[in-house]
Amino acid sequence: MSTTETTESGIGPVEGAGELSGYSPENPAPVIEPPRKRTTKTPKSTRGNFEMYGWLFMRLSGIVLVVLVIGHLLIQLVLDGGVSKIGFAFVAGRWASPFWQTWDLLMLWLAMLHGANGLRTIINDYAERPNTRLWLKGLLYTATVFTILLGTLVIFTFDPNIR
Amino acid sequence: MPAGTLYRGREGMWSWVAHRVTGVLIFFFLFVHVLDTALVRVSPEAYDTVVATYKTPLVALLEYGLVAAILFHALNGLRVIAVDFWAKGPRYQKQMLWTVVGVWLVLMIGALYPVLGHAVREVFGS
Repeated sequence: MSTTETTESGIGPVEGAGELSGYSPENPAPVIEPPRKRTTKTPKSTRGNFEMYGWLFMRLSGIVLVVLVIGHLLIQLVLDGGVSKIGFAFVAGRWASPFWQTWDLLMLWLAMLHGANGLRTIINDYAERPNTRLWLKGLLYTATVFTILLGTLVIFTFDPNIR
Repeated sequence: MPAGTLYRGREGMWSWVAHRVTGVLIFFFLFVHVLDTALVRVSPEAYDTVVATYKTPLVALLEYGLVAAILFHALNGLRVIAVDFWAKGPRYQKQMLWTVVGVWLVLMIGALYPVLGHAVREVFGS
């Protein structure tokens, strides 16, 4: 008799031993503890879900950015004479509208955070020494915070009558 | 290719490489772009002077490259989302990549005149 023999229910002879095993509801088999069961000694704080939220943010912000950035490219580089028309007066005209201010502000924040998270992933992938990673990410976060704050400040304090 | 590498080549890996390269390029441009736009807080002249360099033929070529990078990153990003969230996404990832490349080519041909037209007129005379 081969070991691949199965009973009618499709359960192998070993695991399906049933009454032969000697165990029953009245006489249950001993409980085997899961090898990685959480105990009182397991640290309470694990690393959390940061990477999962980062992954989700890349996809959600990506969908919004496709609309915002391609619209931006159409307005700045394609429609109405393309790049030739851009100048201080053109910027003043667009930022007179809260709609375009909101558009640009949202685009700035989402693109910077999307790009910063992408570069963080790339640094983690290729910078092998912990010190290199630390410095590159420090530089990245500094540049990101600086750029987001500068851009936000410019949108909110723009003055068409500066001169 | 080094032994024991996980890189597998073909459409899957190369689209991933292109996504990374275009992403980094776009991020560096974005940094510069926020800085040049911040010049509107300095003076209209300062802003217009810098933007004037953006209208030169050489920079127009760079702008066409920027459009190429952004369009690929955008289209391939939508493909990545489809691979992750659509049940049949992984099975059709190759077909979706070639769709991305096709749409990208059409859009790049469409962007040729609007983005590079003024540069061509300047170099070769109108």
